Amino acid sequence: MSVDQKMDSSRRTLLLATSAAGGVAAVATAVPFVASLTPSERAKAAGAPVEVDVSKLAPGEMMTVEWRGKPVWVLRRTPEMLASLDATDARVSDPNSDKPMQPDYAKNKHRSIKPEYLVAVGICTHLGCSPSEKFKMGAESGMGADWQGGFLCPCHGSLFDLAGRVYSSMPAPDNLEVPPHQYLADSTILVGEDGKA
Amino acid sequence: MTTKSQALLNWIDERFPLTSSIKGHLTEYYAPKNFNFWYFFGSLALLVLVIQILTGIFLVMHYKPDASLNASGVPVAFASVEYIMREVPGGWLIRYLHSTGASAFFVVVYLHMFRGLLYGSYRKPRELIWIFGTLIFLVLMAEAFMGYLLPWGQMSFWGAQVIVNLFSAIPLIGPDLALVIRGDFVVSDATLNRFFSFHVIAVPLVLIGLVVAHIIALHEVGSNNPDGVEIKKKKDANGIPLDGIPFHPYYTVKDIVGVVAFLFFFSAVVFFAPEGGGYFLEYNNFIPADPLKTPPHIAPVWYFTPFYSILRAVTFPLFGLDAKFWGVVAMGASVVIIAFLPWLDRSPVKSIRYKGPIFKSALVVFVISFIILGYLGVLPPTPGRTLVSQICSVLYFAFFLLMPWYSKLDKCKPEPERVNFK
Repeated sequence: MSVDQKMDSSRRTLLLATSAAGGVAAVATAVPFVASLTPSERAKAAGAPVEVDVSKLAPGEMMTVEWRGKPVWVLRRTPEMLASLDATDARVSDPNSDKPMQPDYAKNKHRSIKPEYLVAVGICTHLGCSPSEKFKMGAESGMGADWQGGFLCPCHGSLFDLAGRVYSSMPAPDNLEVPPHQYLADSTILVGEDGKA
Repeated sequence: MTTKSQALLNWIDERFPLTSSIKGHLTEYYAPKNFNFWYFFGSLALLVLVIQILTGIFLVMHYKPDASLNASGVPVAFASVEYIMREVPGGWLIRYLHSTGASAFFVVVYLHMFRGLLYGSYRKPRELIWIFGTLIFLVLMAEAFMGYLLPWGQMSFWGAQVIVNLFSAIPLIGPDLALVIRGDFVVSDATLNRFFSFHVIAVPLVLIGLVVAHIIALHEVGSNNPDGVEIKKKKDANGIPLDGIPFHPYYTVKDIVGVVAFLFFFSAVVFFAPEGGGYFLEYNNFIPADPLKTPPHIAPVWYFTPFYSILRAVTFPLFGLDAKFWGVVAMGASVVIIAFLPWLDRSPVKSIRYKGPIFKSALVVFVISFIILGYLGVLPPTPGRTLVSQICSVLYFAFFLLMPWYSKLDKCKPEPERVNFK
């Protein structure tokens, strides 16, 4: 036994060095496997801007287009709808859109380039459901009497006003995202690219 | 046994431990003689696992994990499930066995876990059995969740969207983690394909490994029983527990009775109510996935709802982090905390038969809050329901976190020397 107990320290060092090198190789081998889980080049490239013709959109109507696999809403707001934003000012958590959920040119009360048209990604900032339209005021939408019109997320009940601003103390932390967009003509919007680019 | 077959057996035994394995795990594995009704659910869980693997193998032969639209504008994955249901001979049965099997798995596993709570099956020396069991439960949830995406219906899509987005609530690494899980910026074909891969091979392998570990650990220490006393303490002259009987033939025969009774109920659901009233197969999942439109009400499948309610119950930010993040933490903790039971229970006795009124009431309150949480999880949230789910979540955690104190304070009855058996 005494022979076994005497440790050959140079062999031990070699053993440790070999194990460490083997460990590094094993970790390095894992890299391509993990990398394969990240979005592919094709997924990254998909995301071309989408042209939207809003000429047929009546006041108070909304249309949905697909951009990067997500729903993008274009809502043509009536003057009453725009007026409702004054009423919701005090009840939303980020009334001045201070958080960067929109391009700079949409950092205003109506959160859009032209006050009439709201362009927003229809994905709740909580867990990614798509909120439903509750445009009518008060009980007509099945909401409370003081409801000013807006959106209700069916999953966890977050409320948004008609500028996509989230009400205070809701599961959703942020306002709806306004995607980069620009007007190619009076009634044609290009979603996914801003004018500067 | 003829000499020839005896010779063959000897030939094998010299090369592979066949006879000794059969003896060690079946004919000379001594289980307590006082098992009752509750002890059916372990073997039934194994049966359902076999049903799921078998039906799964046949479903994969016809199913296509492809989110692109076919000529009629329906996602290929969704259409392939419809094809299995309508055109593959016997396909409807295989698919209903698999979808009902998922719910049956959780029914059986929940009852199996409750048995553990009743009789203190998690107590020393069975801590590792319990931990392996908790891991099985966790892996089973992952397996069920990924499987639910495959039909590519509205509930599949939006359920996955919500659950994957939960991971993005984790500070710093969250958004990248969600990206790696989805493999895309939205739930898409990439997500469907990787969930398919995980669901049919990776997770089942882990599951089977854990089940083997669970059973090896069980057979190392021996089964607990409704009296919670160790049968190994009293042995006869041959070293066989006085209150033990060989697993085979006694419990194999008993378990067959359980299997027959189970298949009675299981077949009734498969043939007469495969949708389970909208709880086993949700109605919205008969609509193909539409990334642009969330159904008006989305709810997880029934077996996830207690934990989903706990997630939703957290509606306030804490320490500068979102409510969303703490909801995820609470949901994760509600599952992981189960693994710590062996160290939380300080009662001098194992079985509910000898535990005092405090533990019994705590268990009743726990079960009721778990059921209420499950019920609320399928309903849309209202302020009143959120409050109830918050109360129930607190009670759920209190059952575990206060256990070191109340289990010690409790007035227990003395355990018997040997098991009760009439």
